[in-house]
Amino acid sequence: MSRFILAEHEEKLAELNRIIDEYKGKEGPLMPILTKAQELFGYLPYEVQAHIAEALDIPVSDIYGVATFYSQFSVKPKGKYKIGVCMGTACYVKGSQLILNELIKELGVQPGDTTEDGRFTLEATRCLGACGLAPVMMINEDVYGRLKPEDVKGILDKYRDK
Amino acid sequence: MKLYRSHVLVCGGTGCHSSGSAGIMDAFQAELKKHKLEDEIKLVGTGCFGLCAVGPVVVVYPEGAFYSGIKAEDVPRIVEEHLLKGRIVNDLLYHDHAKAEDIVSTLDEVEFYKKQKRMALRNCGVINPEKIEEYIAFDGYKALAKVLTEMTPMDVINEIKASGLRGRGGAGFPTGLKWEFARKAPGDKKYVCCNADEGDPGAFMDRSLLEGDPHSILEAMAIAGYAIGSDQGYIYVRAEYPIAVKRLSIAIEQAKELGLLGKNIFGTDFSFDIELRLGAGAFVCGEETALMRSIEGKRGEPTPRPPFPAVKGVFAKPTLLNNVETYANIPQIILNGAEWFAQVGTEKSKGTKVFALGGKINNTGLVEVPMGTTLREIIYDIGGGIPNGKKFKAAQTGGPSGGCIPAEHLDTPIDYDSLAKIGSMMGSGGLIVMDEDNCMVDIARFFLDFTVDESCGKCPPCRIGTKRMLELLDKITSGNGEEGDIEKLEELGNNIKAAALCGLGQTAPNPVLSTIMYFRDEYEAHIKEKRCPAGVCRNLLRYVISSDLCRGCGLCTKVCPVSAISGERKAPHSIDPDKCIKCGACAEKCPFHAITKG
Ligand SMILES: Cc1cc2nc3c(=O)[nH]c(=O)nc-3n(C[C@H](O)[C@H](O)[C@H](O)COP(=O)(O)O)c2cc1C
Ligand code: SF4
Ligand code: SF4
Ligand code: SF4
Ligand code: FES
Ligand code: FES
Repeated sequence: MSRFILAEHEEKLAELNRIIDEYKGKEGPLMPILTKAQELFGYLPYEVQAHIAEALDIPVSDIYGVATFYSQFSVKPKGKYKIGVCMGTACYVKGSQLILNELIKELGVQPGDTTEDGRFTLEATRCLGACGLAPVMMINEDVYGRLKPEDVKGILDKYRDK
Repeated sequence: MKLYRSHVLVCGGTGCHSSGSAGIMDAFQAELKKHKLEDEIKLVGTGCFGLCAVGPVVVVYPEGAFYSGIKAEDVPRIVEEHLLKGRIVNDLLYHDHAKAEDIVSTLDEVEFYKKQKRMALRNCGVINPEKIEEYIAFDGYKALAKVLTEMTPMDVINEIKASGLRGRGGAGFPTGLKWEFARKAPGDKKYVCCNADEGDPGAFMDRSLLEGDPHSILEAMAIAGYAIGSDQGYIYVRAEYPIAVKRLSIAIEQAKELGLLGKNIFGTDFSFDIELRLGAGAFVCGEETALMRSIEGKRGEPTPRPPFPAVKGVFAKPTLLNNVETYANIPQIILNGAEWFAQVGTEKSKGTKVFALGGKINNTGLVEVPMGTTLREIIYDIGGGIPNGKKFKAAQTGGPSGGCIPAEHLDTPIDYDSLAKIGSMMGSGGLIVMDEDNCMVDIARFFLDFTVDESCGKCPPCRIGTKRMLELLDKITSGNGEEGDIEKLEELGNNIKAAALCGLGQTAPNPVLSTIMYFRDEYEAHIKEKRCPAGVCRNLLRYVISSDLCRGCGLCTKVCPVSAISGERKAPHSIDPDKCIKCGACAEKCPFHAITKG
């Protein structure tokens, strides 16, 4: 993965600066800014953290501390398709571990990691709010419910050559 | 308001959205247009109806016809038959599990709804949550008007106190009393916060409320603002709830446009604003002090109490924090009076409770019942019982802080105190049913795995203690358990409960302690006999062929990937346990069901 150079993302940088200006005067600006920054860049590269630190006049280590505390934030780049397997209680009792095992086998990565080609990031998530369809997984915005381990391969194939 | 001869309600809750309700909405729009029915029939996208398991759900009024499992292809038939010709499409109606096959039901006849009482969820599945006019048409913002024009702040607090409402976020603290503390705390600036972090990993009550009726939360927070003397509210909502976040944002915009939030509400000198703050996926942020640190933009680590938030909360100012469902009850209490509310429920727990019913149960979904309803009624009458004729084993309430309730306590009337007495807790409303195929040691391990992952690491009893407990559980489930491990778990658990700094650590051992209390024999089977009675723990699994049932057909030897099965044709076969990798393929294939795990 090549280094992230902030200056190469002119438009996103301008948007980030706009967001920083919007929240700067308010109380507790950091979380909303990080949320938006992650939306813009897909993750929080060090350069973005440093930029926000400078703009808010706080140490980068504070930002890093917050960014790594919350599981929604990532300091590592994510794959093109984010696969979230629900490991909420309702899905777990209905066998979501077997679905996760199958994905680990198919993709060759552990939860939290991204495949080498940058296509898939595998994640274990909490209740997706669709417990009626348990066990459930999401690939980006698409929801797949009532899964069986043998369904996994076919679903992945749809994203493999997209 | 315009009059329509029919209303078509399409569920747009997360469950139905996932099973394709957006396409159904589009299909209705197109069909209604095609038949020029747009002026006669009103199409409404609503929040969750509760029966997500049979979604997508469509309800047509005035008949109350309850269509389930609808596909976009079914829409033309509903429009042409039902809406044009007035003939209900029977084969698309919901079939009750409890009733004979050929009986179909309209909404008020469905068993699922009969024992329910929808107070907090009153508008979910009824109104379009993205239109403030619909909320207003159902008495919305009337309670706020009443409070601002007819009641003093102390009147409001006394009304809430008299209602007996207790916090729905888990601990059950009396809401009116909390408001009084926040009112009496000295300070020029105060905050009203809403806990919409919904941390229980298998629950979605608050989510459905926010998605189905966001204005009721805004209205209640404004009422709370008036009562305690605050002009600023924050809703701390999980970023993983995109639909809820979107509908809340729309609701706040609309309320501001109509002057129901902002400066000088209803022309009084009361002003109140609400901002959203997105949580970022940390369970501990549901704990009140951690939540407040998170709103301030810091790492969400709990801080010792006292000082309590009512005295020193967000930005060191007096702060009131309540749960979503707690707030959802407020407008109704103001409008109908404390007595009306207190009629429902048990002596010490008033009103209703919403549960997210999930796991091994026919009707997974959202239910709201009066406090004091028994678990048996919820699971069998409302939930429709356990699928596939399996046996009930336990119900889990309170999520990672709660416990498992065995069959012997099925008739316990549910309220805060009775659940605590049997070693569980009300929690926020997750209710997961487990059957004979679930291993209780594995479930305990599942919850502990979760808390170890979510522990913020600030205090050693929780950081180190829960990890030690998890190691012990891993050891037991992998077949290396030793005599004395159960006692070690109990001792560790009790120590952590006594010494941890915040509620997360203080309750983390509960799932383990309660399963030991009721299912000690399962732990013992894992340790002494190296056997998992439910056949879940892979390392303890053994596939065996019954020599009585086996006909020696040889099918199983063909599917076994590691050639672990041997035997003469027409004679009983056997499995070599050292070779078997427990894939289960043979058991699935055997035409005589001769292979079982155990
Ligand atoms: C670890 C932990 C997680 C919690 N998670 C939630 C939550 O997700 N939602 C919630 O409303 N309360 C949660 N609580 C309870 C809150 O700390 C607080 O008691 C509650 O929001 C107060 O509102 P109530 O009085 O209306 O229940 C949690 C507590 C602990 C210790
Ligand atoms: S009990 Fe656990 S979550 Fe709570 S402060 Fe201690 S380490 Fe953090
Ligand atoms: S469970 Fe799998 S590995 Fe074991 S005997 Fe059966 S088919 Fe062979
Ligand atoms: S498939 Fe069943 S009946 Fe046939 S040999 Fe195997 S165990 Fe025996
Ligand atoms: S537990 Fe998986 S969707 Fe709720
Ligand atoms: S989401 Fe449609 S019924 Fe629950």
